[in-house]
Amino acid sequence: MKLTNGNYVRPPARYSWWLRQGRYFRYMMRELSSLFVGIFSIIMICGLYQLSQGEAQFTAFTSSLWNNFWWLSVITFLFVTYHSYSWFIVTPKAMPLRFSGKKVAPWIIIGAHMILWLICSIFIWFIFTNGGAQ
Amino acid sequence: MSDVKTSQKSVRQVEIEILRYNPDTDEKPYFQTYQVPCQEEWVILDAVNYIKDNLDRSLSYRWSCHMAVCGSCGMMVNGEPTLSCHAFVRDMPDKITIEPLENFPIARDLIVDMDGFVEKLSSVKPYINAAEEKTVEQGTYQQLPEQLQLYKQYTQCINCMLCYSACPQMALNDGFVGPAALALAHRYNLDSRDKGREVREDVVASNAGIWECSFVGACSEVCPKHVDPAAAIQQTKIAATGDYFKKFLMPWKNAQKGQAPEGGDQ
Amino acid sequence: MNVKLPLKASNKPIIWSLFAAGGTVTALLFPALILLFALAVPFGLLPAELFSYDRIQGMLDNTFIKLIVFALLFLSIWHAAHRMRITAHDFGIRADGFIAFLFYSIALLATILLVIALF
Repeated sequence: MKLTNGNYVRPPARYSWWLRQGRYFRYMMRELSSLFVGIFSIIMICGLYQLSQGEAQFTAFTSSLWNNFWWLSVITFLFVTYHSYSWFIVTPKAMPLRFSGKKVAPWIIIGAHMILWLICSIFIWFIFTNGGAQ
Repeated sequence: MSDVKTSQKSVRQVEIEILRYNPDTDEKPYFQTYQVPCQEEWVILDAVNYIKDNLDRSLSYRWSCHMAVCGSCGMMVNGEPTLSCHAFVRDMPDKITIEPLENFPIARDLIVDMDGFVEKLSSVKPYINAAEEKTVEQGTYQQLPEQLQLYKQYTQCINCMLCYSACPQMALNDGFVGPAALALAHRYNLDSRDKGREVREDVVASNAGIWECSFVGACSEVCPKHVDPAAAIQQTKIAATGDYFKKFLMPWKNAQKGQAPEGGDQ
Repeated sequence: MNVKLPLKASNKPIIWSLFAAGGTVTALLFPALILLFALAVPFGLLPAELFSYDRIQGMLDNTFIKLIVFALLFLSIWHAAHRMRITAHDFGIRADGFIAFLFYSIALLATILLVIALF
């Protein structure tokens, strides 16, 4: 579009810009992970609601989740894992830690988050499979 | 004699396609192709200079230092915002496309209109906003090396505008204050001599500031000086969120802070 | 390319702090939770008896666990709502007012359902 002062403005690719470069595509996949975070949150909330409605409803919910929607869970797992990875990989930018006046190396901050992620995951798994025994 | 031979051998014929636009004669930009015999050690800017000197004197573009300091030779090289003095031709394919920086109006050929960029830079009040003016007798504002280290990275910006070209949010909303200006604001916010964060937040934390950023991170990837504007913006978001809730929870503090900038502006 | 005046102070910190907190807790916990509740049984990693009505109900009788579950799902749902609003904009959908209303309404309804289900 030519402006009155002679300058020319190139119209941006409003719908397809994110297909032009790998970094934009990865960004959009990262953002799209929120759809799957939302889907799993709603599945969990529905499960809790069915739980409050009684045993029959809850069993129907779990069998439907496991038998009919396992494929959705696989996609959700992949996207949400990418969310975790992409979230932790940028932590040094949001959190520039300093230790005795020196900048902490980014890989240490990222590594600490990845280890925390692993510990949380194992902890949740362990608590759930072993808890409730008492 | 053998020297001449080696230099002859390292010449590579490269097809360079450049987006041309003359506001006086053209309704819209068009591509023009040049065959350039590129030397092994050439950067993109050398190839463009070759075109200007030998093939087409009408080609317009900005450059000055040829050493990644002045920040004036930014162009889109094969779709990537690049300092043309900072990218070797030998790392490129045999066909190179050069366009003016994206997300800016084209003034002529590879020259973009940077008025909006300069306006955005100055909108964040990029200067020391001290709590109180010191007289000459009172001496200078002192700073420890550790305090300098906190923000030094953000002083390295050369205003090359590559980050504005890389930023998709800039493309989707051209009113966005943008990476370089927000990183510059962060540079002053982190400066121990400065007390102007709340004043800058009028722009920085506004509807055109940090909240338009969705942390794509492309700005930091293309920055030739490793300023990392994406990091500056995320840190500013966290600080601004803290300030927002502080204002919300302690409204009696607002009155005092609101008066300080007016006095300081005189 | 110019700054569009007047600039308005933004209330984004409210939703952004939920987004940031939600992003962090989902990043830490959601992959494990999906593996546990949605994939472990169909892929034969754990027996279905672990997920019996009585066992889950028994766990949620604990008020502390209930509060943790509430906090986690409350944050994750608002994280998702806000990020999807931004994503819609990135995909070129310009009706931001409507999109925000739509996604935040869904998040609000989900929050209400969560409270009803838990308490």
